Amino acid sequence: MTLDAVILQVLAGLATGGIYASLALALVMIYHATHLVNFAQGEMAMFTTYIAWSLINAGMPYWPAFLLTVGIAFILGMFIERIVIRPVENAPVLGVVVVFIGLLVILNSVAGWIYTYTIKSFPSPFPRQPILGIHYISAHELGAIGVTLAVLALLYGFFRFTPLGLAMRAAAQNPESSRLVGIRVGWMLALGWGLAAAVGAVAGMMVAPVVYLDPNMMSGILLYAFAAALLGGIDSPGGAVLGGFAVGVLENLLGAFVIGNELKLAVALVLIVGVLLVKPSGLFGRVYVTRV
Amino acid sequence: MKTKLVCIGAMLAAFAFPAAAQKKYDPGASDTEIKIGNTNPYSGPASAYGTIGKTIDAYFRMVNDQGGINGRKLTFISYDDGYSPPRTVEMARKLVEQDQVLFLFQTLGTPSNTAIHKYMNLRKVPQLHVATGATKWNDPKNFPWTMGWQPNYQTEAQIYARHILKTRPDAKIAVLYQNDDYGKDYLKGLKDGLGDKARSMIVAEASYEVSDPTVDSQIVQLQSSGANVFFNITTPKFAAQAIRKAYDIGWKPVHYLNNVSISVGSVLTPAGLDKSAGVISTAYYKDPTDAHWANDPAMKQWQAFMKKYYPEGSLINAFSVYGYTVAATLHEVLRMCGDNLTRENVMRQAASMKGWRVDTLLPGITITTSQDDFAPIQSVQLQRFNGKQWELFGEVISGN
Repeated sequence: MTLDAVILQVLAGLATGGIYASLALALVMIYHATHLVNFAQGEMAMFTTYIAWSLINAGMPYWPAFLLTVGIAFILGMFIERIVIRPVENAPVLGVVVVFIGLLVILNSVAGWIYTYTIKSFPSPFPRQPILGIHYISAHELGAIGVTLAVLALLYGFFRFTPLGLAMRAAAQNPESSRLVGIRVGWMLALGWGLAAAVGAVAGMMVAPVVYLDPNMMSGILLYAFAAALLGGIDSPGGAVLGGFAVGVLENLLGAFVIGNELKLAVALVLIVGVLLVKPSGLFGRVYVTRV
Repeated sequence: MKTKLVCIGAMLAAFAFPAAAQKKYDPGASDTEIKIGNTNPYSGPASAYGTIGKTIDAYFRMVNDQGGINGRKLTFISYDDGYSPPRTVEMARKLVEQDQVLFLFQTLGTPSNTAIHKYMNLRKVPQLHVATGATKWNDPKNFPWTMGWQPNYQTEAQIYARHILKTRPDAKIAVLYQNDDYGKDYLKGLKDGLGDKARSMIVAEASYEVSDPTVDSQIVQLQSSGANVFFNITTPKFAAQAIRKAYDIGWKPVHYLNNVSISVGSVLTPAGLDKSAGVISTAYYKDPTDAHWANDPAMKQWQAFMKKYYPEGSLINAFSVYGYTVAATLHEVLRMCGDNLTRENVMRQAASMKGWRVDTLLPGITITTSQDDFAPIQSVQLQRFNGKQWELFGEVISGN
């Protein structure tokens, strides 16, 4: 185990960590709006990435296709909330979770049915050659990390400084009082879903060039993204991103030098259980105290 | 009047009985039909292989249009198991017990076939020409109802090992393998092939799980070992990732890629054709993207078949040549069975092929089986990717 090898593993870990971070961010968004963890988040991201792929294949340049996809994802997310989630709004948590899982299976199968299961390469907007002569992290991976951080900054600004962001936070935390001061809570929830879907679409388009586009591209990533979001604090966007990088690096270092590659997935699971046992709010999450 | 009737009856019986004595049927076969069961991953992580099931279905439709086999139409019942062994068990039982098929054909996947291996042999229903290269399907003593088809993984890995020993006696080998039966089968073949030198030559081994998002970390590990030969035992998606990552980090070993992932369309194109240049693998059937076969009559025939019976398929997908070739093999087995369509006779005929070939196989590769050799295809030819297409080189090499 040389220092070189460690540095290389850390760099590779940051690159995959960026992938986890972007999806973790989308998970946090939904949690922000609904206080639920959306198991279909990965499949929503996958599906919108296919939409982007279709647009690009139809001849649209990358960035317009990117923006259009984010827009479509936003509308699709709101649509899903209105049509699928609304009717089970007052159902017990487990019922909602089942709906999420149903959504996951449906989106996965429909994508497979339309686009087949053969892997497709997805274009990257970033240069093919590595930047600054660093071979261990490709230009795309660096760019994707940049995009994730930019999305994080945008979200922070939106929630912190805009009235709409404030209204959304209020609607999630205290629906009754929000309704009394005139916030349309239902629409805020739909907006939250739209935003989460849009963030997920960005994640999908950043992930696809690395892991290739296929209907199952998110299934492996989602578990790590859960670990990342929990580690950072499920309601903290910044924490989720940091958690993503931490999980990526930790997984690589432990896999390469300590426990072996066979147990890499176990790292994520141990993290999930560990965080829930020791510090359920995560590293940066807010601790909620409820009077009973 | 009565005697006349009896007479006619006797005459009818005299005609009917010899015929009935010749025709023998087990469940799933009749004068008009042969029912064939199959499971394929039409959904789930390995669903790229679903193309094989669809191609076989198309082939049987073609056979039926041409009048069937010995006058019998083929009914192909293929269920989706999502590459999940428990579902394969469920579907195999449904096929055998409810649908009453004569036998299972080309059930796909090493773990899936392992899950139904004992069941099929207990029920004495053929598990014929399974779509996996694991070595264990060639075990007629203990599992007389199961037979493979393609060259097995150990044989293939031994051929690479021999090539390494011949061309690079100073090789330092790094291995990336999927952490399951399939990956370990290849690894064992490589070690057996290297013999005494395995211990000193293999300098690094890294495994990955199907659930891993990428194998980047493993590739970095293997590069750090200083290896100059890389044996890549991965399924399509991970193969593409590994080829790309090795290229991107500037690692340029002699790269051996298992036959499982040689598809130009679904592996090398996503990985980048320039990045795949120099990769070495093996082949035993004709690659649809190889310009060498552009005017080959067998491939022309295959293309015509694809256009007519499987138009939604792809003319550059090697899996469709595989499906076509294996279906043609079964066609021959059932033709040989004649009117004796018992499960026992299906196995007996499948084990009696002597140098038979279909022209979508590479020249020089034939199918030979016997009562104690259940490995139909045992030779392959090495090939190298030149950045555009595969180029065969060397002789056809037999595994044994």
